[in-house]
Amino acid sequence: MLLIPCPWCGSRNQVEFTYGGDATVKRPAADASEAAWLDYVYLRDNPCGPHNELWLHSAGCGCWFKLRRDTRTHDILGSVPLDRERSGDAP
Amino acid sequence: MRYSIFSLVRNAATFHENWPLAWRSPAPKRSYDAVVIGGGGHGLATAYYLAKEHGITNVAVLEKGWLGGGNTGRNTTIVRSNYHLDPNAHFYEFSLKLWEGLSQELNFNVMYSARGVLNLVHSPADIDAAIRRGNAMRLNGIDAEFLTRDQIAARIPNLDCSADARFPILGGLLQPRGGTVRHDAVAWGYARGADARGVDIIQRCEVTGIRIERGAVVGVDTTQGFIATTRLGLAVAGHSGHVAAMAGLRLPIESHVLQALVSEPVKPVLDTVVTSGAVHFYISQSDKGELVMGGDLDFYNSYAQRGNLPSIEHVVTACLALFPSFGRLKMLRTWGGIMDMTMDGSPIIGKLPIKGLTMTGGWCYGGFKATPASGWLHAYTIARDSPHALNEAFTLERFAQGRTIDEKGAGPYAWAH
Repeated sequence: MLLIPCPWCGSRNQVEFTYGGDATVKRPAADASEAAWLDYVYLRDNPCGPHNELWLHSAGCGCWFKLRRDTRTHDILGSVPLDRERSGDAP
Repeated sequence: MRYSIFSLVRNAATFHENWPLAWRSPAPKRSYDAVVIGGGGHGLATAYYLAKEHGITNVAVLEKGWLGGGNTGRNTTIVRSNYHLDPNAHFYEFSLKLWEGLSQELNFNVMYSARGVLNLVHSPADIDAAIRRGNAMRLNGIDAEFLTRDQIAARIPNLDCSADARFPILGGLLQPRGGTVRHDAVAWGYARGADARGVDIIQRCEVTGIRIERGAVVGVDTTQGFIATTRLGLAVAGHSGHVAAMAGLRLPIESHVLQALVSEPVKPVLDTVVTSGAVHFYISQSDKGELVMGGDLDFYNSYAQRGNLPSIEHVVTACLALFPSFGRLKMLRTWGGIMDMTMDGSPIIGKLPIKGLTMTGGWCYGGFKATPASGWLHAYTIARDSPHALNEAFTLERFAQGRTIDEKGAGPYAWAH
């Protein structure tokens, strides 16, 4: 069972959350190259190790946030609100 | 050595203590005409067909663990070809035809059992979709039969077909030639066949780097030293992205964990593979009597080969909704395998944008049943340096070209397929 730390609600059972995928992909500008769009829509680093990912506290506060988690062990390394890069960063 | 009733009798006389080893364990040579990374079903099948169909026998299969220790030994052994889209239908039907003759081909009993795969439907929209898919299959020459609720109730008496079931069953699409295969035997049979034709199978040999010079593969660095080759095939399933990264490639793949579980063994109670897309559940009974079941992904990226309890709870809940009589069974084991989930739910079998580099991967939930065709077509692509008609649609470039093969129409979310 994953115990996921929502930045707003604290640690909760994984069943309250919905996964949103890789948090490092950034939507390119509408007129960006096809290669940039291919990268954004389809290609992923898919790391074997720490992974920055999006989660939605769907059965809780309803907020999206970023979670850092190790894909080899499922160890959770921290979470931050969506508008910050690392914990402690100013919004 | 050819296995037969005579070899069995002869070895029975010596208490089965003198059987020859089924394959050698050689030290790696300095170079090979072709190297396949991954000693699971797909990699071993690739090597087998390279030797048998194309006469390329100076081949090594490199496996970081032991043969069939990854997804080949972790799946739920189901084979079928009940796909709607043409590329998938032709590919998986080719695979099912290879399954039908595989025990004879390999002189190794893979225990293919055409017990039928039944997809249950629970709503009028489900019925329409199932009949449409069945018609598409029949147009592609694949067996499919729509069963009514009464026909299903007569065929599978312990399935709850009552009108007050939690998810009432309205019918189902049956593929009679679908069924199960003993998964370990597939790895062992291909390994034995490849080895007999001269292929070196090298276990406990992890690839740590791929060497590329002027845009072409020249070899691999491994835990047993450098091995030179100009033709390198990847058959590493959940680790496709990880190994492709050694060649500087990013793939449209995410690795996710999928769990399965088995009950304690019981007398024969279920002679068909039963699945339900609506409740995300599938079940069959193994020849040992265990009920083998599974459901959805855990829905987060993982390389851990183990998952968490919510997915297991979901599977067991679905099982009891469909088969209330299984409620007294104890579960014996659970395990996880790492799925290479592509962004359109279909595999990538073909050349990569580095000369001499090919892959077969991106299997999502469907890797086991694809094993023979995957190996056959991967070998063809390596030998001819060009894809076969059956895998020319499964390119890496299809994502850039807008030619995705999205069976479910789920869009570019790896975990949604």
